[in-house]
Amino acid sequence: MTMKKLLKGGLAAVMALSMYACSANSGGSSSSDGGAIKLGMSGPLSGGAAIYGQAVQRGAEIAIEEVNEAGKVKFELNAQDDEADPTKSPNAYGVLKDWGMQVSLGCVTSGAGSAVSADYQNDKIFAMTPSGSSMDVILNSATNEYYGTVFQMCFTDPNQGVASADYLSAHSDLGSKVAVIWKNDDNYSTGVHDKFVEEANKVGLEIVSDSTFNDSNDSDFSVQIKAAQDSGADILFLPIYYEPAAAILVAADQVGYKPTVFGVDGLDGILGVEGFDTSLAEGVYLLTPFSADATDEKTVNFVKKYQEKYGEIPNQFAADAYDVVYAFAKACEEGGVTADMSASDIAEIMVKQFTSMTFDGITGTGMTWAETGEVSKDPKAMVIKDGAYVGVQD
Amino acid sequence: MKKIFDKKHISRTTTYLMVVIAYIVLTILQKTDNLGSLFSSLLVPVCCYIVAGIGLNLNVGISGELNLGQAGFMSVGAFAGIIISGLLSPIISSGVIRLIIAIITGALVAALFGYLIGIPVLKLQGDYLAIVTLAFGQIIMSLINNFYIGVDNNGIQMSFVDNKLNLGDGGRVLISGPMGANGVERISNFTMGIILVIISLIIVYNLMYSKQGRAIMAARDNRIAAESIGINISKTKMLAFVISASLAGAAGALYGLNFSTVIPTKFDFNTSILILVYVVLGGLGNMKGTIISTTLLVLLPELLRGLQTYRMIIYAVVLIMIMLVSNNDQLKNMFSKVFAKNKKGVEDVS
Repeated sequence: MTMKKLLKGGLAAVMALSMYACSANSGGSSSSDGGAIKLGMSGPLSGGAAIYGQAVQRGAEIAIEEVNEAGKVKFELNAQDDEADPTKSPNAYGVLKDWGMQVSLGCVTSGAGSAVSADYQNDKIFAMTPSGSSMDVILNSATNEYYGTVFQMCFTDPNQGVASADYLSAHSDLGSKVAVIWKNDDNYSTGVHDKFVEEANKVGLEIVSDSTFNDSNDSDFSVQIKAAQDSGADILFLPIYYEPAAAILVAADQVGYKPTVFGVDGLDGILGVEGFDTSLAEGVYLLTPFSADATDEKTVNFVKKYQEKYGEIPNQFAADAYDVVYAFAKACEEGGVTADMSASDIAEIMVKQFTSMTFDGITGTGMTWAETGEVSKDPKAMVIKDGAYVGVQD
Repeated sequence: MKKIFDKKHISRTTTYLMVVIAYIVLTILQKTDNLGSLFSSLLVPVCCYIVAGIGLNLNVGISGELNLGQAGFMSVGAFAGIIISGLLSPIISSGVIRLIIAIITGALVAALFGYLIGIPVLKLQGDYLAIVTLAFGQIIMSLINNFYIGVDNNGIQMSFVDNKLNLGDGGRVLISGPMGANGVERISNFTMGIILVIISLIIVYNLMYSKQGRAIMAARDNRIAAESIGINISKTKMLAFVISASLAGAAGALYGLNFSTVIPTKFDFNTSILILVYVVLGGLGNMKGTIISTTLLVLLPELLRGLQTYRMIIYAVVLIMIMLVSNNDQLKNMFSKVFAKNKKGVEDVS
């Protein structure tokens, strides 16, 4: 019995400690005014993919600061760590729900996001993910029905694949024979790749080499590069995240293989890889909706603030999050959402607003949303020049 | 009635009581909306890890063989359960019945794998089982990472390495290689989790205190002496290993059907080690300890959420502290003096 008491004491101590920690720092909320609408978000704030989660959190925080200053609607943010793990994101969702989240930025990553989309649907909470680009985030693949309350600010993966193939076929000066290296245990990469291949066949792009890697062999790419080189490909399409892409560029450089490298939004961030010789990334094309060197007022202001606060150039994830918060602000304002409304009432208004409004942000202008939750906006092509992302003029 | 509270049985009885009381309290809290979403979402995973942990404890604590592939068995059980549940969903609408079928399937498939691995390995002495189970976990992960299965009106389609599924109208993909299972119908519930915990306790306790169980422990403590009195070492060890694997399989099926997205890489080496940590910190051969330590350690990272980005660092520090404290001789002596009265209640049948 005494043993039990001790255990109980230990449990109580752990609980008390965490409670104390909670009250000392209430989960990253930026303000706790009575009239603020509670925004939740979950993403990888620790672990291998933390760079994405942190970017989203930071982008959202900057936008919330500005929106709160403008004073028409007030937001407060609670960011929870889900380690990009689909079995952890329900926990993060639980924390947010207990906190009283009214609107959500959903999950940063696709896998984690698809695990809680059904919860958002069942609990009638509106979520718009800045970066969860897989179809599974908005579409229940078992029933083939859209969740309806989960929207996306970013392109879906299939759309990125189609857009890339279209872009390459329209710009034949870049090359004509395509080699693809993709990650076959990754939702994002598989989604982009499959649609790219499908669209490439339609528009007459020739795919001469198609090789894969996965989580357990993502350090040595000499085999895949050799296959691409031997097939005589002059375009290397990389529908992957930037870390393995950096390793691929190094491997290509080692054998003196110099194709035109083309990627999608996952390549955004390649210039920030530690220990990576950024000169290797010169001339890399990427199709992404955001460019930090754009000269419009909104982007300049965002980039400046982000740099001041965090000492780095914001990537597309931060920009998407920034746009999500502004889109929320617009929808809340126009739909008359107030902080004392219930999450399900807000969700109803939000869905109505988003399917009817047009939104101009820093990741695109004239954005509209379908009832499925998909966004429609134009992708922008960028090229890396002198160690910076530069928009391609065409 | 008296018998279950005597010295020999008191430890078992308190374990069962602990589980039942925890179930009653948590269910009341849940039904009255006092538990909160976070803890509600943790109930089933905790039960799954407890069952896998009890199985592993039978293997590591009672049988004395190091198994580093418990997550591999969970994985087998999880995906077998997901496939069965997905296939049966048009036929059987009741989630509970499908869940029971899935759990049984998961347990059987994992037991089969356990048996196949056990045949060559358990005849050897030393740490071979650790090496082989470690490899098994990785192999299973790679296999499922490349496994595609779907179903449409014409039947089941499978393919390997490349996704060659060509499903007709109304077809559903059950497992899509590295993307795992998406849109899984979540039919697991806490009641089934607790039932599974109690069943696994009954199995393990009855085995431990049976003739076979004594043979397993004899084989662990002194192989030569046990062999000399006619115990078939590889057979007794196999019994413990297969039961351990099947418990992990059952836990895996419950786990897999609790999430709408399950990826094969979830059940990697780290998860095996995690379960081993639960078992070691709870005490080898001590089932009650496994239950308590698993519950605490699964909850710990969630309770530390208030620390935000420092969460995982603190979690690691706490783990190290628990290990140091639980292995400190001075503290152990202190505890043993305090608990001198309780000493005989410890689960020791030797």
